Amino acid sequence: MPSASFEVHQRLDCKGLNCPLPVLKTKKALDGMAPGQVLEMTATDPGSKPDMEAFSRRTGHELVQATEQNGVFTFYIRKAAAK
Amino acid sequence: MATVDKELNALIEARVNELLEQRLDALIRERMTALEKKQVKAKRMAIAVVSRGTIDAAYSALILATTAVALEMEVGVYFSFFGLNILKKGNQDNLKVVPLGNPAMPVAMPNIVSVLPGMTALATMMMKRTIQQKKIATVPELLEAAIESGVKLWPCQMAMEMFDLKRDDLIDGLPTPVGAATFLEFAGDADITLFI
Repeated sequence: MPSASFEVHQRLDCKGLNCPLPVLKTKKALDGMAPGQVLEMTATDPGSKPDMEAFSRRTGHELVQATEQNGVFTFYIRKAAAK
Repeated sequence: MATVDKELNALIEARVNELLEQRLDALIRERMTALEKKQVKAKRMAIAVVSRGTIDAAYSALILATTAVALEMEVGVYFSFFGLNILKKGNQDNLKVVPLGNPAMPVAMPNIVSVLPGMTALATMMMKRTIQQKKIATVPELLEAAIESGVKLWPCQMAMEMFDLKRDDLIDGLPTPVGAATFLEFAGDADITLFI
């Protein structure tokens, strides 16, 4: 577990799921959160790393931190302000 | 008198300049905001699923469609000819993968073998088992996610006539069947267009 300097508001377990489910579930979870809140998403799909980076660039939700440990990827995504 | 005129003129000029500057500032701000708004307009993707109504065609279209929506794009998918097969009610579990003439099957199968009765069913069964074992989203799940997230899944009216399909023969949650013009109007403003 990385030392996080931010508060995690919600957790989402996408371990074992394949493309496109981690991205779809992340989007759905963020839809139910308030701007500025942070979502922790865990996945085992190796494609989720580049995909979450692309998701962040495209949507504006900030990828605060991305780590990998023993094949488990952990992403911290901060919900963007409403457009 | 002349001095008063001169002073008055100077005052008027100063005031006009001030007003002009204010008006210009406001106009520029307005134009910039309009431009910025234009730039953040959502990307749009249009997919025509026409040539096949197979498992692989369904996956290609639905994975890209649902992911595009997650990336805040606007998505419309047009199902015509064999592609319409994917939208038939209760048919999602009957979609096939066709090994005949397909040199990329994971288990190599010569055409002389894949032409035999039952080979399509066998290949389909193997692919479905893989999908289940690897926890890959199923076609009904992806269809549901697409409908729920606002992807337009247009059935082609002409193909419905051709295959003698009524609105009730297709899954629920679809927009009204349309013709080529409706899809093309949408696709005309698309940033991404795909043909499957």
